[in-house]
Amino acid sequence: MTNFVDGNVLAGPLREIFAVELTAATGRCASCGRVDTVASLHVYQQAPGAVARCSGCDAVVLRLVRGPDRAWLDLRGLVCLEIALPEPVAVTD
Amino acid sequence: MDTRDETTTARTLVLDVPDWPGHLAGQHVDVRLTAPDGYSTQRSYSIASAPDGTKVELTVQRIPDGEVSSYLTGVFSIGGPVELRGPIGGWFVWRRTDAAPVLLVAGGSGIVPLMAMVRTRMAAGSRVPFRLVYSIRTPADGFYADELRSAGVDLTYVHTRAGPGPVGRLTAATLDSHGWPASLEPACYVCGPTGFVETVSDILVALGHDPGRVRTERFG
Repeated sequence: MTNFVDGNVLAGPLREIFAVELTAATGRCASCGRVDTVASLHVYQQAPGAVARCSGCDAVVLRLVRGPDRAWLDLRGLVCLEIALPEPVAVTD
Repeated sequence: MDTRDETTTARTLVLDVPDWPGHLAGQHVDVRLTAPDGYSTQRSYSIASAPDGTKVELTVQRIPDGEVSSYLTGVFSIGGPVELRGPIGGWFVWRRTDAAPVLLVAGGSGIVPLMAMVRTRMAAGSRVPFRLVYSIRTPADGFYADELRSAGVDLTYVHTRAGPGPVGRLTAATLDSHGWPASLEPACYVCGPTGFVETVSDILVALGHDPGRVRTERFG
């Protein structure tokens, strides 16, 4: 089955919800334990929303459905997300 | 706002986006079109240009029966309104401060975000060595041909339907000869249709490249 795209495609929809860019974040698959970027997930867009599967074991990692005035985000396939953040800049006076 | 035909079926849109914050090579935008009756639809398009003030260039390949691409490559006229969201994406990007050698592998219109990397490298005066392997059906299907000739990148075309030269699909031998040895630890960027990207990334990993350094962008 090859009718999927990369997790890169989730960047826009996730940016609408979160304050940081999430596709470069790494997550652990709850099913097989693979650690990889959100960008590497295989995303199927034929459903009413986006279904993102692990590139290692094909388990569903994330589901995102966008309605006109709200979104539903299901992250049950994800154990943990590691998100790089800028270090706080020291303020001197 | 201006347009440029790249091939008979692909067109570059030069957009002026007020308040554009700048972008990284490889990022994309989401384009939303809304009809008078309220029907609205959205597609993602890669940015083709290097960061340059409020100017953003997208190259759109017309897809048969594609409702958005047909509009953008056809009836969309200069000055026409279009709703953009972006820049988007933080993984499939090349930064001018990246020092590793770069291998770009494009299938068809997958060249677009890779061209942004080539242009960003040029604009920055970067000496980072770039190699580009570009698979197209025939020479007439290639985007940016003149610019690529003088872009300072090591360029190899693969023609799958009609040459000059041999005709056939990209193979492990192609990437072995025209890519970088895995021992140089290059950054690899692969963009194209899903099947193409799958094949190329499998070959690169088989040639010894660390999967973590093979970044992919499939467009379905």
